[in-house]
Amino acid sequence: MTQPTSNQQIIFDNVSKFYGDVLGVNRVNLSIAPGITSLVGPNGSGKTTLMNLMTGLVRPTQGGVSVCGLTADDPEKFFKMVGYCSQFDSFPKGITGYELVNNTLLLHGMDGKKAHELAIEALQRVNLLDAAHRKVAGYSKGMRQRVRLAQSIAHRPTVLILDEPLNGLDPMARAESIALFQSIGKQGLHVVISSHILHEVDKISDRVVLLSSGYVVAEGAIHSVRTEVKEHPMQIMVRCNNPSLLASRVFALDHAVEAKIHADGKGILVRTCDIEKFYLLLNKIVVSGEVELEAVAPADDDVNSIYQYLIGSDGGSI
Amino acid sequence: MATAEWHKWWTQFVVIAKMEYRKNVFTKRGLWIYFLAFAPVFIIGAHGLESPMGKRCSMGEDTRILAGIIMFFYVRLGIFFGCLGLFTWLFRGEVVQKSLHYYFLAPVRREVLVLGKYVAGVATAVTLFGAGVLLSYVLMYGHFGVAGQNFTFDGPGLMHLRNYLLITVLACIGYGSIFLALSLVVKNPIVPGTMVFLWEAISGVFPPIIQKLSITFYLKGLAPVELPSEGILALFTVVAEPVPLWLALPGFGLVVCAMLAFACWRIHSLEISYSAE
Repeated sequence: MTQPTSNQQIIFDNVSKFYGDVLGVNRVNLSIAPGITSLVGPNGSGKTTLMNLMTGLVRPTQGGVSVCGLTADDPEKFFKMVGYCSQFDSFPKGITGYELVNNTLLLHGMDGKKAHELAIEALQRVNLLDAAHRKVAGYSKGMRQRVRLAQSIAHRPTVLILDEPLNGLDPMARAESIALFQSIGKQGLHVVISSHILHEVDKISDRVVLLSSGYVVAEGAIHSVRTEVKEHPMQIMVRCNNPSLLASRVFALDHAVEAKIHADGKGILVRTCDIEKFYLLLNKIVVSGEVELEAVAPADDDVNSIYQYLIGSDGGSI
Repeated sequence: MATAEWHKWWTQFVVIAKMEYRKNVFTKRGLWIYFLAFAPVFIIGAHGLESPMGKRCSMGEDTRILAGIIMFFYVRLGIFFGCLGLFTWLFRGEVVQKSLHYYFLAPVRREVLVLGKYVAGVATAVTLFGAGVLLSYVLMYGHFGVAGQNFTFDGPGLMHLRNYLLITVLACIGYGSIFLALSLVVKNPIVPGTMVFLWEAISGVFPPIIQKLSITFYLKGLAPVELPSEGILALFTVVAEPVPLWLALPGFGLVVCAMLAFACWRIHSLEISYSAE
């Protein structure tokens, strides 16, 4: 696979941002390749600051940020490429959902007809066409979230930055939004998402950036980040017909830490410090026909577990 | 290529100016500016009712009163404070309402944004104060009947009206540029606004070279009726040679351009940090 060049990546080069004496983010070095990347961290960890830095809404105190080779200092090219759905839940007074999206497209220099077409398309994509001509001030929180999303995707950006895009959405709208992000991610475009809803982030992300107190704690593909967390043994859930045998064979190895047989007697949870050796063992056992496998899956190879291990609190409650 | 760029900037400028004009004109927050613009109209209207066909007043006296209303009320107070409210709110209002990021996230040069908002502000101020001045004129001479018509169409009336409207437009352009630039430097415009107000009021006592740094200096020369200084200030007033129009307009334009250039430079350092407001 070819490595993405700097013109395809979002690059943070030793970026620090201070708001007076308050630290926003400190010495961030990141190269984000196309695909879906999640920014994860507790409140105040610097997720929104990173997104605002990417889009030039705030300037770095030190260092530089570029998105696919461009910076927000050249807004005409930059914002043709970038769409940002911010967390600011505020709108120009008296504006309707359609006007919000349409005005943004007119600001792109589009003629009225094209702006109208794209505005309708975007509102349709977020399922808000019926309420398009109502005032945004009368929208529910979920509708406001969706109109912001429509506004950020209307010009068909190649880099989509989404700050808590699932906040306030009902389960149906959440599923639709996730499908939308996935379809954009599959086109090889950039989608950068910050979210508190870790299990949903986990489902859609190609990679994750973990932040805590303004510092990047870990970054990379979820699996590789998990593998790097050596102090917490990996957990693997195995569903099979003979978990007792598997447990006895696992304990014969020095890297196994724990093996817990499921209450129904048809599965086992293994904690091991060397996942590769465990899989080798499992292969041998299966090939020998001693055990019939039903399913094998990592049990803590997800954002929530990584978050717990590296940042310390329960991701589900942030 | 360059033509395409200019076309795009022009399109964006027009979009911004239209949106902002609508926002400025149709807002409850701006009702007090309507009051400033039309308060003299009601007073002059009442004066006309009290003195039908000019029975209890003279046209010469009313001409001086109208000149006083334009030069002292409109230029020094109405347009000054109207523009203070209007132009300082162009960006600060967006920050207070947390909606400036919509503009900052659009592919628009910030200079185009500044100029679009500025022109919308000028158009709003000219609409309101221009209408106020026009109605004041109509009511002031309307109650003289035929004599008022003769003054307007056969006498110097139309020239007076043209100059009053020119003064109004220039005052809106001048004050607007100053207050727009100030709003990008300070959060609260009251203190600098007061300083500019005092400066405009007392600049007449300074040597002519310093007087040239005030907006009213250029506008005084355009007044069709001379109004001598009265009261204690008259003792200290330094009468400066009126600047000829061919020099006054470029000088005025230079001040406005300098203010707008400063605003365009300043907007680049503006960050979106609503929580800090």
